[in-house]
Amino acid sequence: MKAAASNPAVAGLALEMRGIAVAAMADPGTILVEGVDWSVAPGDFWVVGGQQGSGKTDFLLMTGGLTAPVNGAYHFFGNGMPMFEENRLGERLQLSMVFDEGKLFNRLTVSENVSLPLRYHRNLTVAGADAEVRPLLDLTGMESWADSTPGAMALAWRKRVGLARALMLKPRVLLLDNPLSGLDLRHRGWWLNFLGQLSRGHPWMEGRPTTLVVTTHDFRPWQGVGRQFAMLKDRRFVVLGSWQQVNAASDERVRELLAVEAGSN
Amino acid sequence: MHRGNASTVESSPARFLIRVPVPRSCAHYLGRRLFRFLWTVHGLGAFALITLGVMITKCRASSRVIYPLAIHEISRAGLRLLPMFLLVAAALGLVVIGQAVSWLTRIGAINYLGTIMVIVVVRELGPLIAAMLLLARVGTANVVELATARALGEVEALEALGIDPLHYFVAPRVFGMAVGIFSLTIYLILGALVSGYLWAFVQEVPLQPADYFRQLAAALSGLDFALLAVKTGLFGFIIAIVTCYHGLAQPLRLEEVSHATVRAVAQSVIACVLLDALFIVIYLIF
Repeated sequence: MKAAASNPAVAGLALEMRGIAVAAMADPGTILVEGVDWSVAPGDFWVVGGQQGSGKTDFLLMTGGLTAPVNGAYHFFGNGMPMFEENRLGERLQLSMVFDEGKLFNRLTVSENVSLPLRYHRNLTVAGADAEVRPLLDLTGMESWADSTPGAMALAWRKRVGLARALMLKPRVLLLDNPLSGLDLRHRGWWLNFLGQLSRGHPWMEGRPTTLVVTTHDFRPWQGVGRQFAMLKDRRFVVLGSWQQVNAASDERVRELLAVEAGSN
Repeated sequence: MHRGNASTVESSPARFLIRVPVPRSCAHYLGRRLFRFLWTVHGLGAFALITLGVMITKCRASSRVIYPLAIHEISRAGLRLLPMFLLVAAALGLVVIGQAVSWLTRIGAINYLGTIMVIVVVRELGPLIAAMLLLARVGTANVVELATARALGEVEALEALGIDPLHYFVAPRVFGMAVGIFSLTIYLILGALVSGYLWAFVQEVPLQPADYFRQLAAALSGLDFALLAVKTGLFGFIIAIVTCYHGLAQPLRLEEVSHATVRAVAQSVIACVLLDALFIVIYLIF
């Protein structure tokens, strides 16, 4: 993969992948997805579906620059995807990630978890970051949990802490791994509403539409929220198009993600 | 004599054992062990160098986040262990003096009490016992904490936030353990020297405190102080690097945490003993 060379052809795109192959993080010898050609424009809202074990999480980790693609070209706002180069940290912080189950720091409180990226990158004390952390905790409904540790919280709240932490530095691109899994209807509603606001331009993001990519094993909740759909099928990344195109698809695997039997449409 | 021995071997079952080729499985086993050893040394060396690089290049970066972590580690690997170390110091003084006094009195060499305390406590047992205690109390906790964090995905979370896991997780621990063990070793040695005299006093050894401390001062040289500082710092560095490496440097599942801890403890002990042997050679040379 080419490192930091700017590519004018993809400069207008948030993410651009050509011929990308993704290996499993736990077993780099196993290729999970290959031949990915994908373009994500700024402000897009993509929903990437796939059965469990199809490689959604590993695909998202690669998209987030946490693992390198096995081959292919990957551009992030026109430049090679920043991995861990110190001189490209600013670019890297334009992209953030919300993990399935949160992946919070268990020894830190909620407030410390959320403020960590801000404190680390701007060299602030806990008290110094408080003025910026409190509004975000309010926004995500976490204010009463501020001094709790993740171990004392239910999954739904841990996921929200993960979201707040990812939003702390106001990234332009947000990747979310299975954000609705394990949530009840009330929490699902909150997430869909909040992500919809982010996609349209949330005040926290200074009104700028955030580019969103979420993974899921169930397309149904994303009707009317996600604007473009794709799926991982047989080690391939297949762009499905809009919700209408997904709903009209006769492919058995797509119907499974809609929890509808093939041929019943 | 030589022929006799040879004929004895040739006529005994040992002959058969000597000529039998090493079973292939044994060769494979030894080869695997050797390869694994070299691979571990390579991994530990690379991890140590990268960690040193991070500690030097980022020594002032994010100081308001990293310095409190380092202070916490100094407290954990130093201050909080002080009561236990003082107890061990009292026991060490008793053990060394208890044995030494009875033998030195018999041969009329009680004037060497201070010298023996310096050789045994300052140069050898003090730093090594401090290292083993630190490994038991803090090193093992290090591996478990980091391996659990690794298994639960905290390392990926840090990387996703643009935070270097070595800077956040490892650098404070290395610094804290190196400083902590140095301080604790000093307290351990001082405690053992003082308790040693007290035990000698209890045994009614005719030795004035001034004479005892004069013996100690005479037996100590500048090299002792320099090597003590280097040795204890290196013990702390080695324990921190080995335990952090096994906790953090490779992907782990939760069920592998106990194995990682056992490996880290065994390798830390071996590394510390080897380092100690190296320092004995240095003492012998100088």
